[in-house]
Amino acid sequence: MFKLEPRAQASRAMSLLSPVIALLLTVLIGVLLFSALGKDPVRALQVFFVEPIRNGYALAELSIKAVPLVLIALGLAVCFRSNLWNIGAEGQFVLGALAAGWVAMQAGPQTSRAIVGAILAAGVLGGMAWAALVALLRDRFNANEILVSLMLVYVAEMLLSWLVYGPWKDPQGYNFPQTITFAATTKIPRLVEGWRMNLGVPIALAAVAGLWLFLFRTYRGFALQVGGLAPAAARYAGFSSRSALWTALLLSGGMAGLAGALEAAGPLGQLTPHVPAGYGFAAIIVAFVGRLHPVGIVFSAVLMSMFYIGGELAQSRPGLPKSLTGVFQGLLLFSLLACDTLIANRIRWSKKA
Amino acid sequence: MNEFALLLAATLSGGTVLAIAALGLLINERAGIVNLGAEGLMLVAAIAGFATAVHTGSDVLAFVAGAAAGALLAAVFGGLVIWLNTNQYATGLALSLFGSGFSAFVGIRYTQEKLSERPHFDIPLLADLPLVGPALFRQHPMVYLAIALTVALAWFLYRSRAGLVLRSVGESPESAHALGYPVRRIRLAAVLAGGALCGLAGAYLSVIYTPLWVEGMTAGKGWIALALTTFATWRPARVLLGAYLFGGVTMLQFHLQGEGVQLASQFLTALPYLSTIVVLVLISRNPAWIRANMPASIGKPFYPGG
Repeated sequence: MFKLEPRAQASRAMSLLSPVIALLLTVLIGVLLFSALGKDPVRALQVFFVEPIRNGYALAELSIKAVPLVLIALGLAVCFRSNLWNIGAEGQFVLGALAAGWVAMQAGPQTSRAIVGAILAAGVLGGMAWAALVALLRDRFNANEILVSLMLVYVAEMLLSWLVYGPWKDPQGYNFPQTITFAATTKIPRLVEGWRMNLGVPIALAAVAGLWLFLFRTYRGFALQVGGLAPAAARYAGFSSRSALWTALLLSGGMAGLAGALEAAGPLGQLTPHVPAGYGFAAIIVAFVGRLHPVGIVFSAVLMSMFYIGGELAQSRPGLPKSLTGVFQGLLLFSLLACDTLIANRIRWSKKA
Repeated sequence: MNEFALLLAATLSGGTVLAIAALGLLINERAGIVNLGAEGLMLVAAIAGFATAVHTGSDVLAFVAGAAAGALLAAVFGGLVIWLNTNQYATGLALSLFGSGFSAFVGIRYTQEKLSERPHFDIPLLADLPLVGPALFRQHPMVYLAIALTVALAWFLYRSRAGLVLRSVGESPESAHALGYPVRRIRLAAVLAGGALCGLAGAYLSVIYTPLWVEGMTAGKGWIALALTTFATWRPARVLLGAYLFGGVTMLQFHLQGEGVQLASQFLTALPYLSTIVVLVLISRNPAWIRANMPASIGKPFYPGG
């Protein structure tokens, strides 16, 4: 039997090592799983961990997945640090895409490139509006933000579905549930000719820097985190929990909305029922694996994108289903949470049970 | 009139999925544990139950498999949360994400499978009564089981010694520990029981209610069940009522669509989720009332010192 013994001080080394151990555990379980399925584990691991970073083109594709994950996870990190459980980022992402899509559909051939700015701003506002509902209901009526934000994901998906099957359906689209293809001028500018990597990459990196400054160098960011760690201390210090609630939710909603706008006017170029791709949920894992730290989030988002791309490749090659991505994502978070225990505790083995 | 009876029958049957899952979550929460993994648990149990039914043809075995799958996953959750003190919300989310991925992964082979014609259960004589017969007495036994379970759980929580201990663990694990009760084992037992019930609900959903397997088929039922425990202010009878209410809202949606109501189908589909939010707001409006009923240690880890 083992016993957990609290450490006198949280281990810094462990807090960095724990994601690595968790990843190794996930890979180990993955190898066992592949072997059990009679697939070659080495081949499968190659698909997940080598192919997505094989060359520049592959890396550019990786960035398409990593950008929304980074943006959403940054916002969620602020929420989780202030002990607010916004798990409805997927819905805020969809609303961002809807708002951005509406602006993009107004563009004609003569519209200037400046419309990209309006599209992104609309996305932020759309995501914020959806998160503001959560904040309002929690603030005014004390309604649990976990459940409200999650229920709003389903509502957002229905709203999207109604729009693309109804009022926003492309009249020339052979009755497919999709909007018109947005005008070329609305396309998020690409960084390198021929690659899909776009302006989202610098935006995400700027957001990482901005969030780092906000969390660790501003009074407001500090107040937020105190409220999350020790609500009583925050009250005593006079930090407003209401202001923390609104700031965190609006910020994370805005980030998710921005990700939605980049997706709609970037790789998608139109709205379809497939806008929600699970980024909002995967970003929860990204945020935790990244230690709720802006820099850590970049690394974990890249890792998670490898799972995504690996999942897509696995589907086309070794005959493995795409849902493996979800299995690995869940396993990673499980192992991480288990390993995180070692940050604050050490294991003592004892003979006696 | 006959249509009304059918609507009522469908309401009871639809509410049963929610009721069984929510009663399980109620047991968890009474011991101070919130399991946000309910959705994932139900999905894995749904495929476990469905696969068992396909291979063995036995519904009873399917229910056992579903409950076992639910308890197994809940054991993982419980081990992490109770012994390793991981954050309950984060761990539950991990379970939900893992469950939906894993069930989709395992379930691929079963998307085309169909179960044979479901048996009908008519209670002799009563089933032939006009109106109430088709509404109440032609249900699957699981529907009555959910009612029996509610009564049993209410008796257990408020009339039995073990129930008192369970509630004390949820209210104040420190006091229960000081009195010599094995707090962590009691919590694990509650988590296992809750997981098994969520699993049973999942199996009932895929084997009897639908009956087929579709990826992500719970469509938020696990989350609605979680919300139900709050609506019900942690009381078994109110959980059952709430579940029927939601079953009714879901059925009304199909009914209205069938009636050709001029309303976008998406709006009707969103109805259960919107009503969850509305009811949650109505119930939570008075924080004092929630606080008075909520198990005091809910969501908080307990680790015996020394």
